[in-house]
Parts: sequence; C-alpha cells; structure tokens
Amino acid sequence: MTKEDTRDDPMQIDSNLPQQHQFNRAPSASLLTDYLRIYYGKFFPYTDMYKWLAYGNDGKHPGCDSSYFGRREFSFTIKSDRDEVYLRFQSFFNVSEMETSIKAKCPTKIDIGAVYTVDPAKRHAYAQSGFNPVERELIFDIDISDYDDVRYCCSGADTCLNCWPLMTIAIKIIDTTLREDFGFNHILWVYSGRRGVHCWVCDSRARRLSKEQRSAIADYFHVYKGGENSLKKVTFSGPLHPFLARAYTDVLKHEFEKWISTQKLFEHEERFHKILQLIPDESVVSELAEKWQGNSIRWEHLKHMLQSGSKKTQGLRRCIEEIVFSYTYPRLDIQVTKGMNHLLKAPFCVHPGTGRVCIPIDPKKCEEFDPTSVPTVAQLIEELNTNASIGADNYVGKTSLAVSVNLFRTCFLEPLIRTCKDELESAYNSKIKQTKDSLSW
Amino acid sequence: MEIVRSQRRNGSDGSGSAASLPLYKTAPSLEFRLDEFGQYAIDRLRVLKAISDGLSRGKKPEEMDNLVGELWRANMKHQDADETLRKDIISHFVLRLVYCREEEMRRWFLSMETALFRYRFRLQNAEAQKSIMNELQLQYNVLGNAEYETIKDKLTEAARSVYFTSNPESVFYKVPFEDVPELVANRRVFILKGFAFVPRSQVVSLVCTIFRSNISKALALTNRKWRTMIQDQEKDRLAPMVEALGNIYLGPDYSKPQDCAEISLKDINQLASTSFPLCMRHLFGKLREDHHLKHQGRMQLGLFLKGVGLKLEDALAFWKAEFSQKVGAERFDKEYAYSIRHNYGKEGKRTDYTPYSCQKIIMSTPSTGDHHGCPYRHFSEENLRAALNKMGVGRRAMDDIMDKVRNRHYQLACTLTFEATHGTSCETGINHPNQYFVESRKIFQSKVNLPLVKFSQQFCLA
Repeated sequence: MTKEDTRDDPMQIDSNLPQQHQFNRAPSASLLTDYLRIYYGKFFPYTDMYKWLAYGNDGKHPGCDSSYFGRREFSFTIKSDRDEVYLRFQSFFNVSEMETSIKAKCPTKIDIGAVYTVDPAKRHAYAQSGFNPVERELIFDIDISDYDDVRYCCSGADTCLNCWPLMTIAIKIIDTTLREDFGFNHILWVYSGRRGVHCWVCDSRARRLSKEQRSAIADYFHVYKGGENSLKKVTFSGPLHPFLARAYTDVLKHEFEKWISTQKLFEHEERFHKILQLIPDESVVSELAEKWQGNSIRWEHLKHMLQSGSKKTQGLRRCIEEIVFSYTYPRLDIQVTKGMNHLLKAPFCVHPGTGRVCIPIDPKKCEEFDPTSVPTVAQLIEELNTNASIGADNYVGKTSLAVSVNLFRTCFLEPLIRTCKDELESAYNSKIKQTKDSLSW
Repeated sequence: MEIVRSQRRNGSDGSGSAASLPLYKTAPSLEFRLDEFGQYAIDRLRVLKAISDGLSRGKKPEEMDNLVGELWRANMKHQDADETLRKDIISHFVLRLVYCREEEMRRWFLSMETALFRYRFRLQNAEAQKSIMNELQLQYNVLGNAEYETIKDKLTEAARSVYFTSNPESVFYKVPFEDVPELVANRRVFILKGFAFVPRSQVVSLVCTIFRSNISKALALTNRKWRTMIQDQEKDRLAPMVEALGNIYLGPDYSKPQDCAEISLKDINQLASTSFPLCMRHLFGKLREDHHLKHQGRMQLGLFLKGVGLKLEDALAFWKAEFSQKVGAERFDKEYAYSIRHNYGKEGKRTDYTPYSCQKIIMSTPSTGDHHGCPYRHFSEENLRAALNKMGVGRRAMDDIMDKVRNRHYQLACTLTFEATHGTSCETGINHPNQYFVESRKIFQSKVNLPLVKFSQQFCLA
C-alpha cells in the first residue's frame, strides 16, 4: 500500500490506488486524522444535522424550546496511535458550537445519544434523579455478520453484492412495517459504513416512547430467536400474524428463491443439509435425501412434499415459512432498540476501517443501493482537488457526497421539519388558547 | 395507641372504586390502628411474595388464577365485604410506603401489585370489568362499523394466529399501540397506522398497563414525600415499622428444632453430604479443611446447626474438635466457647438467636477469607458448577440452575439443586437453609420405610 507517500501532502492522493480508494487495511491514526480534518473542514453537513436534531426548535418560533438542542448527548471517539479515547456527554448549545468542537477534536466516530432533562455537560449539578433521558429516536441496527450462518459468499465484516440483498430485505420489511403498522412517517435509513444499516425513526411519537414501548416494538419484530444451541430459530405454531404474512408474501418468498440461486443452497450437500435439519419429520427428510442424489429441482420438490398434505405431522404445517424466515427474515440487535440510552453512530461519519461515508439510503430505492460504490473519504478528497483545480465554484456541491446530502434533505429532513413546525405551531396555539380561556370569567 | 372507629361508608373512602377491586387512586381518608398497620401489610405481603414465587417458577396463567384466588381467600378475605375492602386498601397503601423507598423495591412492588391486579381483574365479571374501565376513563373508542368492515379480514387473520380458530369477536376497541405493549410484543393484536384493535377479551392487558402506570407515578410521589417530609416526622412511630416491614422474612424461624430432629455428632458428616444446602456444605467443608471459620461464617453455620438439632454440649464439642487443631483447646475455651453459648441463649441477655433465613444470607457480603453468604450469588460460575457437581447435580439440571443464577434468582437455584439431588420437586421453594434440611430429612426418612424396589427407583435422577 502506498498510503505512506501521502504523508507529506495530505491533499495529494496517489493515483496508483484502486478505483474505490478503499482502505484495504485500516490506516494509521495520524493519516486518518488528516483525512478527517479535511472531511470535517469541507464535507460534514453541520447545518443539516443541526436542523434535524433540533426538530424545529431553532429559535425562530415563539413556541420553540431553545434548550432542546443543548440537551442532546453526543459522544466522540478520538483515536490516537496509542489508544482510543471515548468522550461521552458532549453537548452543544447551537450549530456553531457543534461545528467548532468537531473540527477541533476530529473524532473518528460521532455517536448520537438521547435528549436529557438537562444539559448533559451539567449533569453533575443535579441529583441523580434529575438527569434522565426524555426523548430518543426509535433506532434499529442490522449487521450482516449476524447472518454468517446462512451466507456462503462472505463472512464477518465483508459484504458483496451477492449477500447485500439481506440488508435490502431488512430495510423493506422494517420500513413497511414501521409505516403501515405503527404509523410512523419520518424514517431515516443510513449505511453503517461497512457491513450493515441503521434506522432512525424520528416522529415525535417515536421519540417519546418509553422503554417498555420500545421493547414491545422490538419484540414485535423479533422472529428469529434462539442462541447458539437451538437448531431451529424460527417456529410458527399456527397461522401467521398479518404482519408476518405480509412480509412473507410481499418480500421473503421470492427473495428466498433468489437467495437459493445466488448462494447455491441446493447444490452443495452441507448447504442443503442445513435446510433439511429444519424439517421436524424424519421420514420426510430421509425420503428427500434419498431422492436428491441426482435431482436438481430440489426446492420445488421440498415444497411439494411439505405442502402436499400427505404427511399430516403437526410440525410440518408451517415448515416452508419457517425455512424461508430462518434464512431471510431481518435479524435485529434487539437490545439496541429496547434501550433509551444506547448511543448510535451519526450519519455522515467516516468508517475508520473502510473509509466509506455513512450515507443515507432511500428505502423506496433500496434495491439499487450498492455498498461497494459508496464514496470514501479519500475519493471525496480527490474529487475536491479536481474541482478546485478546474476552478469549479461549489467544491463540495459537485462531489459524490452532494447526492447523499440532497437525498437526506429531500426525502427526510424537509418533510420532518414541516411536521415539526406544524406540531410546534399547534402546541403553541393551544397553549395560548388555554391561557386565554383561563383568563376569562 | 390510637383506637378510632373507621368512618368509611360506601364510596367515601376516596379510593375511587365502586366494585370490590379498588384502583388505589388516592390515599383513603380512613383511620386505623397501629397494629392493623403492621398486620395488614404482612398479610398482603404474603400474597405478593407467593405471586412472585409463582411467576418465577413459570406457572401458567390458569394456575396463577387459582393461586391468587386461594391466596386472597387465605390472607385477605373477611366475612364482611366492607372489611375486606378496607383491609385491601389499607394494606396496599402501607406497602406503598414500605416499598417506595428504593428502586429495586419499587420495581418489585409495582410488578407484583400489577400481577395481583391482573389476576383479580380476570376473576371479575363483565359488569365489574366495565365499571372499572369507566373509572379509568379509558378514552378508547369502540370500533365503528364502517372501519370494522375495511379491516375485518385482517382482524380475523390476527385472531387465527393467536387462537388458531376463526371465531372472530365483534367488539373491538381502537387503541393507540403505545397503550398495549404486551399485546404488541407478543403479536397478539392487529395494528394499523399506530392503532391496535383490541378485542374485548383482551381488555385485561389494556387495563393493567394503565393500572401499572398509575401506581408507578404514585410510588415516585410517595417516595419523594416520604424522604422530604414524613420520614422525619414519623421517626419514632411509623419509620421503624416501615423499616422492619421492608426486611421481613415470612416463614418459620427454625429456632426451636423439632424434637425428633435431634442430631448427634457421629451423624453430622453424613448429614452434611446428603441434607445440607450448598451454603452450609461449603462452610462445613471449609471448617473441616481449615479448622477455622471467621465470625460471620461461625454465626451462619452455628445457628444453622442449632436449628438442625445440635445440642449445646455437642456443638461445643464439635467446634472445639475443629478449632483446637488450629488454635489449641485453651484458646478455644477462652475465645470461642463463649460466643457459641451466646448463640444458644446461655449468655448475656440470653436471646435465643434464630438461624439466618435465605434472604438474610443472600444480603450478606463476604470478603476475602470469608466463606459465608449465598454461594449462588458469590461463587464464580466455574466454582459453582464444580461444587454442584460434587453434590451430584446432573448436566441438564446444572444448566437450569445456572440460568436461574444469571437472572439472580438464587433461591430458585437452590430449590432446583434440592430437586436435582433428591429426585423430587419442591413446590414451596427454598426460603431457609433449615427448611432445606428439614425437607431433605423428610425425603430420606420416607425412603427408609419404602420397600427396596421403590427405593432404587426413587434414586433415578434426571
């Protein structure tokens, strides 16, 4: 690797680097800091992030809560060559304080926490009972490494276009359910930078959910269960709940068929044996295993056997759905969703291991998202250099990041702000009305 | 002591209930006696503790229904319905005072009171349930016909997924999903655009959530009031009672061993390996090994042995035999004999000390060089597994026990150990080391009387 050459002039990128400028191994802390300095200097969308997290409380309306933004916890991870420092309970009164602090500290990661009763930086001035989270987005964290037992093309931190569809499936199902079943509208999906996606549900109703309610939502989604020891992680004892039936019919059924071919599930013995293990009827399993010695239309055959009804065993009724769900249904990190104090990485951070920017994903077009072509910080810097050298006037606005910032604004931020302003307006008006009413006699 | 007649008439108690199931909305303007303060609380606490036990042991809802019915009858019911209601209300508010003082206590009390309410609500008839819902001002709208028609098949689909039959109910309540988290969590209800469509039969969940939230807020308020105002005012009257009620152990104290339960020194090794609970086995083993135990260990084991039936003379001989190997007979007589006699009530103010209950033992904190306390709480997983192995606990039972330990149900873990080593179930659960011993002896005595065939069957452990 030729990263060392760039030490003298961080602005110049070696043109021998591969197309994606991806870090093939994590860069040294000082090099990363150099990249980040430029990134935080030119690219990070401070105002957009502020507008989002202020939720309309930007001081312009008399009904605003000007303390709101300042009560949000941020945390910074700052890496040096020797160690990693973790600064919690950072808070900022306004956007310029936030910008100054980020530029000064150059964190390798920024996490967003909850909005508290008081400014987190001043929490020690209050009794323990006076410092509590009051609002927090409903969040989801999906990691493709949780699917290692069903993907054969990659494992661990890697992902490719063959297995990424698992994330697409997760986005589709969760997004649809959040909107249709729970009635949420302001949902932000973000690429986590390497191997997964994050979801931020930002409706005020979502932000005010209690721990118990978040738990309930997480459990609603929790279908894939069981630890290391149980073979069968999905069990359906009867007809499916409408939510699961919809997930199956609209998404999982045909996604599983695609998965069969991309992962060659029925072409390798140990792979289709895993599927056979999910069938709780010995006679069916042995019959299939025998017939499959040479046969290649195996999935159809399996379905036929299980559906034909010739085998009336209890456990077989939903076996097909169980197999499909086991392989493709979203696997959430339940604990992330349940708590109010779980910190989650901010959008538009740079992943220190890959160099990729954590950009938003449009759920309506999630099938088109390609994790392997997400811009990296090195690539952005090169684009910046190019723009500067050709005398373009809006350096950043002409880089690949502009697309993502635009998406953030049009699909998420603008509708959200409109709703927030409406809510502020009506809350304010009803308060005025109340005061007026109480004054009348 | 104040003796004042209750001034309560129907409805004027301020608790805001018409039915026999009060909602405890506001503290009643009743007057009652100090002894009622304690006794009523204890009776209610018995009910709550039994519920707690039942739930941790995974009893099914139908079993819990029965359990709660029985418990209520046994502890709280009075011939006069008004009296029952009065006791119900007083005991609840007293326990609120006792259990508001700490986070863990609040959480436990909240869960148990909600559970109690849930099972009592289930036992009410439809009329009573309706009136309670009215009191809670459930703003929930009954689903209108037009809307019902548009989602009818989804409602049926959801009902089938829960009940496996398609007997759709016709009355549904349209409720914000936030209000029925249990139903949502278990996918027992159809939801659409943020609303849950709850069939009348599921109304219990709804009601309990509200009940729980009300009590939770009340507890926080009570805590603040207690700390800032009342605790000080009541430091000579109610505060000591509240303190005592918070630490209570409800069960036999084993201070007077049954006559037939005398044990002699020659049996003690055998008894230790078959009938001592782990905490005492451990202390006993360490005593044999080190010929010494520190003070708390001596107390815990010594009082246990007293409860088990070891007479004073035998106890002195036993401890002397061990300690003199380390410190010499003279030093034993001078420094240790006195405290043993003290434990048996033969010295000082002659209090006959009672053997420690599990609750007390679990709360103690052993440090370096100590061997007292509850091993399920303090042993590392590795050590605990090894110790249980030595007791003969099989692999499957071991995993169950470890699971209980991880969830901090130490007494349940001990109960499972008992069951695994004795081959029977222990319905009541272990609350006291001497109880463990007594139950164990019962089983061994009964086995002695059985013909040989059954004897070997009984020893078939899982």
